[in-house]
Parts: sequence; structure tokens; C-alpha cells
Amino acid sequence: MPYSYVYLPIFALLAVANTAIMIGIPKYLLAPRNPFHGEKLETYECGELPFDDALVNFNIRYYVFALTFFVFDMEAIFLYPWSIVFQELGLFGLAEMFLFLAVLGLGLLYAYKKRVLHWV
Amino acid sequence: MSLADLWAQHWFRAFVTGSLVLVFALGNFYITLWLERKESAWIQNRLGPMRAGPQGLLQVLADLFKLLQKEDIVPRNVDRILFLIAPFIAHIPALLIFLVVPFGPNMVVADYDIGIIMIAAVTSYAVIATFIAGWGSNNKYSLLGAMRGAAQMISYEVTLVMSVIGVVMMAGSLKLSDIVLAQAERGVLGWYLFPQFIGFIVYLIASLAELNRAPFDLMEAESELVAGYHTEYSGFRFAIFLLVEYVHMIAWSAIAATLFLGGWVGPTPADIPVIGPKLFGWMTGPVWDNVWGFFWFLFKTYLLIFILIWIRWTFPRVRIDQLMDLGWKFLLPVSLFNIFLTGVMKYGWNVLAESGSPLRWIFWLWR
Repeated sequence: MPYSYVYLPIFALLAVANTAIMIGIPKYLLAPRNPFHGEKLETYECGELPFDDALVNFNIRYYVFALTFFVFDMEAIFLYPWSIVFQELGLFGLAEMFLFLAVLGLGLLYAYKKRVLHWV
Repeated sequence: MSLADLWAQHWFRAFVTGSLVLVFALGNFYITLWLERKESAWIQNRLGPMRAGPQGLLQVLADLFKLLQKEDIVPRNVDRILFLIAPFIAHIPALLIFLVVPFGPNMVVADYDIGIIMIAAVTSYAVIATFIAGWGSNNKYSLLGAMRGAAQMISYEVTLVMSVIGVVMMAGSLKLSDIVLAQAERGVLGWYLFPQFIGFIVYLIASLAELNRAPFDLMEAESELVAGYHTEYSGFRFAIFLLVEYVHMIAWSAIAATLFLGGWVGPTPADIPVIGPKLFGWMTGPVWDNVWGFFWFLFKTYLLIFILIWIRWTFPRVRIDQLMDLGWKFLLPVSLFNIFLTGVMKYGWNVLAESGSPLRWIFWLWR
């Protein structure tokens, strides 16, 4: 039923409209507006005046985790089609996918041993 | 019917069902927020909200009225575009999840054949919304919270997706209504909770991490990061993040109820052995089926929400290295093992059920 995919944009549209209404009505009708009073437009840092920019370099380990995530998410996408049909594929399909899983398990073991998964 | 008419019909139906789902989400947000307060009070031996309405039922409304009067502040240093669009992006996936969830036998908005993949695809947008909010705020606390949140959510997304594969293998379909029907065919308490017990536990833990709820609420750890990624948000922009958090909680519980607890399948009064058909025989038919289906669906969903709140108010927060170790070094191998176990057991049943060997009862649970 290709028509059912029309629900995706409509639901997204409704969510956006709902957010706009929920933010817009109080903002323009109910809430006070006095933005230049005091220092309320400063970035919040527990009462201190903020120093330096917040957008600093971040640790490399985030990147490594993102790469590992990428590998395993791809694997999951390969597993889904197999998991639907594996009952028809019989022993061959089962063994084949376990081989695939074993390779990925080895990959996980490698990452583990290389301390990629170690959060400093 | 012409093609244009068909399109018009679907557009209309999409608007109607979308509005209904929105009302469902907002109503359950209200109830869940109240439930969270009352349950936390119960666990901590307090009374909780009592003043506003009977048993504090109007407390959430009072809070929303308070938030309505708050000034909408956009700080000077923020990345304006990212800061402003983050609540919108956060709200979209929360609503899109309900597209494929079967509320009752005939109550599903759009029954996609790729239901579970769609859920996995849509929910990963929550990470993007979180990171946009944190980065756009240009605040150190927000950025730290968003970084931790991104690392945590992508790590647990893998585990979550893997834990569901066992259910797909059992049902042989990605369509959520097919999964519910497959569980109904397995008879009384034929839920996938029992053969997929490992998967269920892994799903529960991973969804807690995905929802950023305690014990995994590292990205908005109040004692460390003020409020994490929504430190700079005020008024109703903040309320949107709160809403999204709770709607996600309802959605994850609803999906867990559908996949592991049999969704809308449940006994009706007409199923009572002797007196049932006589007394409640009129409670059958398509409309009553939907009513009872919706009742059981809500019952199971709220059971899981209750458990999520219980966990939140019972356990202390874990450290980030413990969190990552749990996800990558324990839950991921365990969910891979679950796939292996399900494959072997299911294959064993398929082979032995035909031969009629008595050994087949070992595999009976995975039938």
C-alpha cells in the first residue's frame, strides 16, 4: 500500500504545527517580554559570567565510538532481512549467518582487546 | 475510485488519525507525569502532590500554566537557528513512532511491512535533536550533556536493535500487527516474553538508556550538569523537551508491550468459562474487540511505564565508563547470543516437530 507512506510527512507536519502552537501562543499572547532587563541573555554558568567559548575540541574517543556504532548498525540492517526468511533457508542459511555473526564477534573482541571500548 | 480521490482520502485520514494520535500522546503524557510524581512519592514515603485537585490530579495542569507565563528567552550567544529548531526536531520522531503501533485489532494508523526498521530509523532522530539542542545552546553544560547523550544513545541503539531481532525471527515478520497475531496464535500466555526473555531484559535496559532516564540519565545529570542539553531553554520550549521525553517513554513501553507482551491480545469477559458467553455475549463484534484490545494494550503499556518509573526512583546513577562497559562489553554480546540461541532453538523445533520425536519438547518454548 504505497499510499500509506503519505502518513509520514503528515505526522511530521502535525508534530511541527503542534510545537509551533505550543511555543507560539504563550510567547506572543501570555508570557511577559522584557529581554534586555539585567543580564538574562547571558549564557548560564551558575551565576558566574561565562568565559571562553563553549564549542571546544572534544575527545577522540567519541569518534571511535561513533565508528564502532556504524559497523554494528550496518550489521543489524543485514540481520533483519535474514531474520524474516531464515526458517525457509534451512540449515545453510543458519550456518551462514552464524559465520557472519562470528566474524563480527571477532571484530568486537578485537576492539575490546585494542581498548577501543574503554572509556578513559 | 480515481487516483486523485484515493490520495485525497489518505490525506484526510492521515490528518484525522494524526490528530487522534496527538491527543493520545498528550493525554498519556499528562497521566504519566502525574503517575511519576505519585509513584516517586510512594517509593520515598511521601504523599506527593495533594493540593491541586483530588490526589493532585490537576498538579500537571498547574505546572503547565506556570510554564505558560514564563518569558521565552533566547540567550545572546546561542546559534540562533539550531537553538530554535531543536524542539521541533525533537517532537517529530516522538509522534512518528505511533504510526506503526497497533492500538487494537483494527486500530493501527499505517501498518508498514517494515514497521520495526521504521521505528529504529525514526527514533535515531532523537539523538540528532539532543545534539542540536546542546550544540546550539553554546553552553558548556549543554555541550557536555549532548556529547554524553550522543555517545550513550548511539551505543545503546545497537543493542536495542539487536535485542528485537529475536522477536522478528520468532514471528517471521517486521510488521507489528503480524507479530501480535503470531503471539495470539501461540495460545494462552504465548507471549514472546518467555522464549525471548534475554531479549526482553536487554530491551528494557537499552530502552532506559535510550530514554535517558535514571539510572542512565547522564546527559541531564542534575547534580553535575544543571539540566544537560536543555539548560538554556525556558518556558514552553523547555516544556516541549519534557513532553518529548515522556512521549518517548510511552512509545517505548507501547512497543515493548507489542513485541514481548502480546500487544492488544487479552481475554475479554465473553471468555469467562461458563457464565461468560451468556452474560457478556453481547460484548463481541468488531467494535468491542477494539475496545478490549485497546484496554489490554493500555494495561500492558502502563505496566511497563510503572516498571520504568520504579527503576528510576530505586537505583542510583551509574558512571559513564560503567555505562559504556555495560552496553558494549555485556549487553551487545548477550544480544548476539540471543540471536544465536533463537536461531538454533527455532531450527530445532522446525526439524523435530515433523519427525514427532519426544526430544522436540526441549524446543517447545521456541515453537
